[in-house]
Amino acid sequence: MLPLQTSKTIASMEESIAELRETFRTGTTKSVSWRKKQLRALLDLVNENEDSIFHALDQDLGKSRVESYRDEIGIIKKSASYSLSCLDKWMAPKKGDLPLLFFPAKAEVMPEPLGVVLIFSSWNFPITVALDPLIGAISAGNTVLLKPSELAPACMSFLTQTIPRYLDNKAIKVIGGGADVGKRLLELKWDKIFFTGSPRVGRLVLTAAAKYLTPVTLELGGKCPAIVDNTLSNPSKAKVTAKRIVGGKWGPCTGQACIAIDYVLVEEKLASTLIETVKKYIKIFYGDNLKELKSISRIVNQQQFQRLVNLLKDPHVAASVVYGGSVDEEKLVIEPTILLDPPLDSEIMNEEIFGPLLPIITLKNIEESIEFINSKPNPLVIYAFTENETFKKRILSETSSGSVTFNDSMVQFICESLPFGGVGQSGFGRYHGKYSFDTFSHEKSVLHRAFYPELEPRYPPWTNFKLAFLRLAYALDYFGLILLMSGFRKS
Amino acid sequence: MGSQSEGKAVFDTESAKEVVKELRASFVAGKTKSYEWRVSQLTAILKMLEENEQPIVSALRDDLSKPELESSIFEIGMLRNSCRLALKEMKHWMKPEKAKTSLTTFPSSAEIVSEPLGVVLVISAWNYPFLLSLDPVVGAIAAGNAILLKPSEIAPASSSLLAKLVADYMDGSCIKVVEGAVPETSALLEQKWDKIFYTGNGRIARIVMTAAAKHLTPVVLELGGKSPVIVDSDIHLKVATRRIIAGKWACNNGQACISPDYLITTKDNAVKLVDSLKCELEQFYGKNPLDSKDLSCIVNSNHFDRLLKLLDEDKVSSKIAHGGERDETNLKIAPTILLDVPKNSLIMKEEIFGPLLPIVVVDKVEESFDVIKSCGGKPLAAYLFTKNKKLTGKFVAEVSAGGLVVNDTTVHLAEHNLPFGGVGESGMGSYHGKFSFDAFSHKKAVLYRGLGGDASLRYPPYTPGKLRLLQALLSGSILRIIRALLGW
Repeated sequence: MLPLQTSKTIASMEESIAELRETFRTGTTKSVSWRKKQLRALLDLVNENEDSIFHALDQDLGKSRVESYRDEIGIIKKSASYSLSCLDKWMAPKKGDLPLLFFPAKAEVMPEPLGVVLIFSSWNFPITVALDPLIGAISAGNTVLLKPSELAPACMSFLTQTIPRYLDNKAIKVIGGGADVGKRLLELKWDKIFFTGSPRVGRLVLTAAAKYLTPVTLELGGKCPAIVDNTLSNPSKAKVTAKRIVGGKWGPCTGQACIAIDYVLVEEKLASTLIETVKKYIKIFYGDNLKELKSISRIVNQQQFQRLVNLLKDPHVAASVVYGGSVDEEKLVIEPTILLDPPLDSEIMNEEIFGPLLPIITLKNIEESIEFINSKPNPLVIYAFTENETFKKRILSETSSGSVTFNDSMVQFICESLPFGGVGQSGFGRYHGKYSFDTFSHEKSVLHRAFYPELEPRYPPWTNFKLAFLRLAYALDYFGLILLMSGFRKS
Repeated sequence: MGSQSEGKAVFDTESAKEVVKELRASFVAGKTKSYEWRVSQLTAILKMLEENEQPIVSALRDDLSKPELESSIFEIGMLRNSCRLALKEMKHWMKPEKAKTSLTTFPSSAEIVSEPLGVVLVISAWNYPFLLSLDPVVGAIAAGNAILLKPSEIAPASSSLLAKLVADYMDGSCIKVVEGAVPETSALLEQKWDKIFYTGNGRIARIVMTAAAKHLTPVVLELGGKSPVIVDSDIHLKVATRRIIAGKWACNNGQACISPDYLITTKDNAVKLVDSLKCELEQFYGKNPLDSKDLSCIVNSNHFDRLLKLLDEDKVSSKIAHGGERDETNLKIAPTILLDVPKNSLIMKEEIFGPLLPIVVVDKVEESFDVIKSCGGKPLAAYLFTKNKKLTGKFVAEVSAGGLVVNDTTVHLAEHNLPFGGVGESGMGSYHGKFSFDAFSHKKAVLYRGLGGDASLRYPPYTPGKLRLLQALLSGSILRIIRALLGW
């Protein structure tokens, strides 16, 4: 990938945006046929370049083909196909009911594109988190500038080179480069910004957006807990629980995912059962030791690797490691690591881990997990493995998170009918399925009225009669109105 | 008690911290979550309105010389409706919404649960001080939040009455009012809120959003803009004129976010339109509108001077076709129509928010769309009077604004099935009816799965067979899944 000179980039950036704005002005992107054409072209892009995508994901993150298909290629194909099949329905105005008072009249809510949108994607799911919002922006009829993360350079290069070959260049552009490019982009005016990343950068994005009153969607992260309750008592359920926890921690990009399980909460007496079962499946899925590690991603770069290694440096934290802990700096690999009750004030228990280290925190009683979770900022997801219906209800009503998944991990991500987004520190706004279309749309209300009948009391000069009339009208008290008008009611 | 009044103590950052702490403690204790609490607070607002109509009308007269009818209907009446609707529908709004699940996650069930955001800040405006303070509060209560209300200091009698009434009628540990101006608002904006709802202008909105950014707080911004009215020819001119007047001067004398700001009409229609406006204005306000009791005054001398500046600008003052009279002592400006003002004049650049109505003249009515686009940001509302279906279609498709009305003005505000909010410079987010409930809620996605066994394809070691099955599963095609399972 060629490094871009800053001044050249800035000049071409402003030209690009001007072109996007002009294209939007012409109305090209509003037509349903344009939108469908782009979505089909995106499907072609993915279908015809699977190998290149597999290769880029392997280069950037060491992702295996299955993981790449499951978490990136498959998701995009599903999302684009779904949008194609629903687009006509989503674009149709929604009729509104009107009270008799307004008769004859028609009310509807019409979705319209916001205009020129900026999408920032993250490095951990560099294809999904770039293209899935893009699908939403296209479906809603906007022009788009996509800025993939430079921390996944092979994928960024793939996107900057391949998108122009398939999609309408005048309406959809990709720009490479580092943080300086991102910073410059934020100084310009957009009609919407969609950001996936850390809360720290989320604040910078929101502050920049405030200058132009640009609406923003922030998909951030947090420490996603997994509560493990009575599902460990039955051996087959314990098996499934452990598999889903292991799959939900190390499956997605070796824990470098906003929805990966960050830490586990379990009752003291069940801790050793859990640890043993989890260890068993780590070995089956990923191998016995560091040298034989397979079917798992690596850490994205030196900086993240060092950050994770440092989390283990604290002697009390290091002492709590019960499995794993080995690292290979050259290959940027850390083996799946389990910690039992690291100190609660350590960094590993206060920052989002975003890596293959799994603290297991023991409690006297599993119900304490609610208080524990509430002592931390709202996470993106809470996972709970329990069959206790009362406990489920308590978790739902007494905690707050982007979403909650019972008895599984990760799968809520592929449910198109569920909104995907955070709350509090984990972000705001949402997408997936129709929510993607909505997040890039303005819902314009439209009221059609007729010239007749005329309601005289609407107009000055004001009298007591008119006041009485309007009072009744506003309360939709039709009977009262009839009485008033026929003189049976005093004004 | 729940309110602080000016003069008693300085409301600074420490005071703001204390207030937020108290509200957060109430929220965490779960006080605001129960259906019963929400009902009790909404009922309290209804009682408050019922028992205090005269003091409210009086305060609005002090602040704005608002005619009694406008106060009774647009502030009290609309608020009452909001409360009644929320009381009627709240149980339904609070219920989780079932969501569909697909073959890919079978077996599972899903729902979307509404939960309160927490502790919210409502900053309101001066032009409809009761409505714009309590209407968002109704939504926040219905959604189960703890609330701090900061009314506008530019309507001091209303602000003071609001503080007193909220303290007297509502649960002071969960709903508070803080009065004040810039220093108090700044102190409040430094705190962490779970949502900020702001009604006002673009300049302050930027300050609010920048402050919110520090805490990643989502915001609703209800702003304004230059709401245009396109007036076609061959329409029922008298009816159209009356509706324009009702939306402009009968709405707080033009000081409303969705008041018609300016008109656009064709050369051929202009004179007829001006004559019709003159005629109806006289019917409504008499020969000397400055003496009419049915017109609000300008809120203060700042705004009065601002409006005169717009009116007295060179090249603009000569375009007055009607009105222009002013009474500085009583802060009154008569309904004023201007014909054909220059495009680069101040009056065509800024939101007028007052009783001046410029008319822009075009050759063909279709040129109106370009006029609207060149007039700065997207407005909160746009209006069209026409009998031409094609023109209506073009208007609805091409004009971007918060909301559109064809053949009337402002009435969409009263329709609670329609989301009320802006786009671009006119704001973000919306409210009214269920949209208010949604604005103050987090919609939490919940997925229920069982533990009855798993497809091994989910887990490593990964094989080409598993890849094929995975591809099939994600495609959702049953045929493909069967084939993959059978190894084809």
